[in-house]
Amino acid sequence: MTDELPGTDVAGRDARPAAGEPLLRIEGVAKTFGTFRAVDGVSLEIKAGEFFALLGPSGCGKTTLLRMLAGFEAPDEGRMLLGGKDIAQALPHERPINMMFQNYALFPHLSVRDNIAFGLKRAGMARADIATRVAEMVALVKLEGLEKRKPDQLSGGQRQRVALARALARRPQLLLLDEPLAALDKKLRENTQGELMELQRRLGMTFIIVTHDQEEAMTMASRIGVMKSGKLAQVGTPRELYEAPRSRWIAEFVGDINLFDAESKLRDGHRLVIGTRDAGALVVAEPREAVGEGKFSVAIRPEKVKLSRRGPVSAAGHETAINLLDGVIADICYLGGTTTYKVKLDTGGMLQASVANSARLDVDAYSLNQHVVAWFTPDDCVVLPS
Amino acid sequence: MRKASRLSRFNIASLALGLAFLYLPILILVIYSFNASRLVTVWGGWSLRWYHEFFADRAMIEASWMSLRVAVASATIATLIGTLAAVALSRGERFRGRTLFSGMLYAPLVMPEVITGLSLLLLFVALNAERGFWTVTIAHTTLTMCFVAVVVQSRLGSLDRSLEEAAMDLGCAPVRAFLSVTLPLIAPAIVAGWMLAFTLSLDDLVIASFTTGPGSATLPIRIYSEVRLGVKPEINAICTLVIALIAVVIVIASLASKLSSSQGESAAPL
Repeated sequence: MTDELPGTDVAGRDARPAAGEPLLRIEGVAKTFGTFRAVDGVSLEIKAGEFFALLGPSGCGKTTLLRMLAGFEAPDEGRMLLGGKDIAQALPHERPINMMFQNYALFPHLSVRDNIAFGLKRAGMARADIATRVAEMVALVKLEGLEKRKPDQLSGGQRQRVALARALARRPQLLLLDEPLAALDKKLRENTQGELMELQRRLGMTFIIVTHDQEEAMTMASRIGVMKSGKLAQVGTPRELYEAPRSRWIAEFVGDINLFDAESKLRDGHRLVIGTRDAGALVVAEPREAVGEGKFSVAIRPEKVKLSRRGPVSAAGHETAINLLDGVIADICYLGGTTTYKVKLDTGGMLQASVANSARLDVDAYSLNQHVVAWFTPDDCVVLPS
Repeated sequence: MRKASRLSRFNIASLALGLAFLYLPILILVIYSFNASRLVTVWGGWSLRWYHEFFADRAMIEASWMSLRVAVASATIATLIGTLAAVALSRGERFRGRTLFSGMLYAPLVMPEVITGLSLLLLFVALNAERGFWTVTIAHTTLTMCFVAVVVQSRLGSLDRSLEEAAMDLGCAPVRAFLSVTLPLIAPAIVAGWMLAFTLSLDDLVIASFTTGPGSATLPIRIYSEVRLGVKPEINAICTLVIALIAVVIVIASLASKLSSSQGESAAPL
């Protein structure tokens, strides 16, 4: 096996970009199936050592983009530069990239050991080195004692580990993970999320994960690219996506949010007074990007909304607590750690407030039809174009 | 495991009737092959006499040898071509006329053998080919390759495509990925296909009689011509041997097919 690309050297002697330096550059990549434009001009830069998540609903093109990175699909347009070299048209086996498949794609006729060794054998590694590397990988994913089993003698979680070990064994420059946790149950998924993050940090490898689960993306990734209809809608850290979504669609896709359509706006120093039909006038901080002439709405995350029986406790000290909305509790949803109240506002709208259950005894809990004041600061509001 | 439910009397009766219908004639044939009597229908006690007669009958032995050679050769060629066709149909890019090709591949399954035989005869005559071992082998390959293709294709269809992708991802060029991952996984289906082709060829009379030449009769042709002169008990012995051979092959083929399906997600029907 002679690979022409740099970095396919599985012994890891190649010079790789140091952490933080750009590793992968995707430039205007597009892919059309028939008349369906699955990926529509995506440009993205990923740095070495990043844990990047491609997030989006099914059919948004995230998997197609991942498959193009792996080499299973060739892009119709654009370039994909890995360490400065265009790999857009290279075959899968010519790329220093490995993939962990959604259904794991373990070879059913091979044992755990042979599955992990498969890629090393193909790379022409010496027998003794393969044995060492396989043992290392088995220890890494904690599969000791199961080396001789066949995939059908393993549990779902164990199979997932074999798939991970197999993909990591060649020490790829870039590891692609296609919904790696989708087949696991909730508890196991949460544990595995933590383990994957730990592993990625320890190995200092670059991971790109594809997922439709926004919680999973937020938990694991250092940066997230949200995709919609083949385009990247927003790229940012989990916090940026959650607290400063660029559009109404992203705000609704990532977490829960209260949205009020704006009808008018008035400038007041550094603040805007926005008239809404459902929640009356709301004072919001001036957005960084000027609000255009088009339609827009005001958004507040439920946990930013505070409730009290009679407004902020010391209203005098709360200059910022300008938005006070009266209403009655219309619905209570107890979730353990938090309780979500739906407040029917006197102005007509509905407002969700998520309140942490910080005390075990419910002296502070509200009951149905109780009158409450909901309040939040101008900085808690985000102005979004519709 | 679910406990097998008890069969009702009606079910037992209908099962017995069905099995009797299928296997009584064969059973009688097998029993009479051990008949000591010279007359086929008169029981004269147990004996291996007719087996001795068969092994002493040079013409019969030659025909058997011819049949075996044809069966092995045609099954092997059919397996090769049939597997390639199945791979092309299920793995290739969607090419023009794929559906047509797929349909045409299966046509010989339902084509009357007389037509296949006759058309092949016309072809060989037109080509001025000397009829004998090779013409029968080619004819049997034509007959059996579509059976192989069906068996292998159904196995390929149940195989997860991402296995091949994983192999490519781990450093295999496409051909190598096929050889090291797909081929081992469809091997039981290929074996089953070969067995099926072998038995079909061994047992064929119609196509063989169209395409064979003088001096190279296959066993079924030989038996048929003997029977026209009156059934000798020796025929019973030969038929019993053929039945035994086919039974063994069928058992191996179904075991291979079972092995094949237990490794993958769904079964490859034989």
